[in-house]
Amino acid sequence: MLMHMMNWKSYWVLGAIFIVLLILPPVIPRFYTYIMALMFVTGLLAMSLNMVVGHGGMFQFHHAAFYGASAYAFALILTKTKLPLWVAFFAGPVLAAALGFLIGLFCVRLTRLYFGMLQISLGSLLWAIVFRWYDFTGGGDGLYGIPMPPFISSLKGSYYFILIVVAMCLAVIYLIFKSPFGATLLAIRDNPARCEAIGINVRRHQLAAIVIATFFGGMAGVLFVVLERSVFPDLLFWVLSLEIFIMCLLGGWFTFLGPMLGAAIIVSLRTFVGIYTEYWTLILGVMLILIIFFLPEGVMGFVLEKFSPRVSGPRKGGTE
Amino acid sequence: MLKVRDIGKSFGEFAAVNGVDLTVGKGELVAVIGPNGAGKTTLFNLITGQLKPDRGRIEFMEEEITTMPPYEICKKGIARSFQTANIFPRLNVFGNVQVAVISQQRKSNTLFHPAQGMAVEETNRILENLGLSDKALETAGSMSHGDQRILEIAIALGNDPKLLVLDEPTAGMSPEETDATMELIKQLAEERGLTILFCEHDMDVVFSVAQSIMVMHQGRTLIQGKPQQVRESEEVMKAYLGEE
Repeated sequence: MLMHMMNWKSYWVLGAIFIVLLILPPVIPRFYTYIMALMFVTGLLAMSLNMVVGHGGMFQFHHAAFYGASAYAFALILTKTKLPLWVAFFAGPVLAAALGFLIGLFCVRLTRLYFGMLQISLGSLLWAIVFRWYDFTGGGDGLYGIPMPPFISSLKGSYYFILIVVAMCLAVIYLIFKSPFGATLLAIRDNPARCEAIGINVRRHQLAAIVIATFFGGMAGVLFVVLERSVFPDLLFWVLSLEIFIMCLLGGWFTFLGPMLGAAIIVSLRTFVGIYTEYWTLILGVMLILIIFFLPEGVMGFVLEKFSPRVSGPRKGGTE
Repeated sequence: MLKVRDIGKSFGEFAAVNGVDLTVGKGELVAVIGPNGAGKTTLFNLITGQLKPDRGRIEFMEEEITTMPPYEICKKGIARSFQTANIFPRLNVFGNVQVAVISQQRKSNTLFHPAQGMAVEETNRILENLGLSDKALETAGSMSHGDQRILEIAIALGNDPKLLVLDEPTAGMSPEETDATMELIKQLAEERGLTILFCEHDMDVVFSVAQSIMVMHQGRTLIQGKPQQVRESEEVMKAYLGEE
C-alpha cells in the first residue's frame, strides 16, 4: 500500500537511507550511534506532535506530558511489576492515548489559544504529580538503571530496535496522513467552519487526531526509556513541549518529514554546540529568527520547494 | 421541502432576524432579497446551523432541524456556500471538493486506505461541470476571487445536496462574472434538478432567474411570492424599491 502511494524515486531514496542507517553503527563511534538513536526518538516525538499541530492546526502546547507519562508508565511497570516486556511496551502509548483523550475532551471545546492554555495547565498538573509523588515516581530524581531484556540492553541492540520501531511508526503515520482521515484533518486545519458545513463533526475528528498523536508520542516516550534506561520529570516539563514545537516549526510543519529534520537539527545543536557553550539556545534563537523571516515553510518546506516542482501542485488525485 | 416558521435571532439588543417565514418547494429556485443589513446572512446561518435561533422552527423534509449542529444538517442534505470565499486555502482545488465528496460518502474517518484514489470520478465530474477542471491542481488560496467563489459552490455540490443554499453567490464579482455565475446556477437547477435557495441584493439578477422571491426588511419577512407578485407589492415598493 505504501509503495502504491509514493513515486518510485522517493521509494528508492527512503530505502537507501534506511540501509545506510542499518549499516552505520558498527562503523561509527558509539557516541554517534547514541546521538542518532536519540534523533530518531525525538524525531518520532516531533512527528507525532506535528500530526495535531501542522496537519490538524491545533495548539497542542503540552505534548511532552504524554511522552513523559508513557515513559514513566513503561519504566514503572518494568521496575515494579513482573508483567512481560510487551505489555509494558504498549501500556505506555495506550496510557498516553487515554490521557490524550481525557485532556483532549476538554481542549477541543475551546478555540485555538485557549486550547493551548488549557493544555499547558492540565499537562503541568501531570508534571506536578510525577514531581511530587516521591515514593512512586522517584520525584525529582526520577528512576535510574531500569532493567532491559538482553536484546535491547546494548547500545547497538537498542539502536536497531529504535530504528525499526520508528520506521514502522512513520509508515503508519504516513498512511494516516494520506488517508481520508488525514485529508479531512488538513481541511479542518485550513477552515474548521467550512468543514462543519460539509458534514464533518470537527470536534470528534480533532479528538481522534489527538488520541492518535498522543499514542505515537507515547511510543517515543517508551523508546526514550529503551535508549536511556532512566526517566525524570523533565520528560513532561513544558520546556520540552516548547522544544518539540520549535522542531516542527524549524523543520517545516506543513511537510511530512519536516519535524524529523527539525528534531535532528535541535539534537545536533544541543550536542555539538552544547559542548562549547551552555548558551546553545542563543544560536537556536538566531536560527529561528532567520528561518521565520527567510524560510517561513521551514527547512524541509524550502528544500521540497527547491527540488520538487510538484510539491505545491500535488499528484493526480492528491489532497496536498 | 424547507419550511421556516417565525424564527428570530438577536445579538444582544439587536434583533437581526425577527419573524421570518420562508417556504422552499422541491425543485424550486428561491431567492431572498433585501437591503444590506436586512438579516439575509443571519437567516442562512440559522437554516444551516451555524447559528441557533432564539425562537421559531425550521423543518427540512418534514423533519425538524432547528437545533441540529451544522454537520448533521449537512448530512440531511443541505449544503451551502458562504458570502466570503470560504474554502480550504492550502489544499488544491481537487482536494477542496474531494474532502466534501469523501464526507458525503461517510468515509472521512477511514484511516488506512489512501485517499488518493477515492471519490476521484465524482470530484472530477463536479469540477468539469463548473469549468474548474484545468485548475484542479492549483492551490485554492492562490486563485482569483471569482474562481474561489465558484469553488465554494463546487465544494457544496460535493455533498450531493438536495437543497443548495448560496449566500450572495455573486458578491464581489464583475458584471460578466455575475452573469456567468447566475447562468451556472440556473443550469445546475435545471440539469441536476437541484432545489436552490440563494440571496442577493442586486434586484435585476434575482428577478431574471428566481421562481419565488422572499423579501426581507429589518429582519422581517415582508412577502414571499412569484416575481410578478413581489414586483407589484406596495409594501415592497415602500420598504425596498423606494430606497434605491
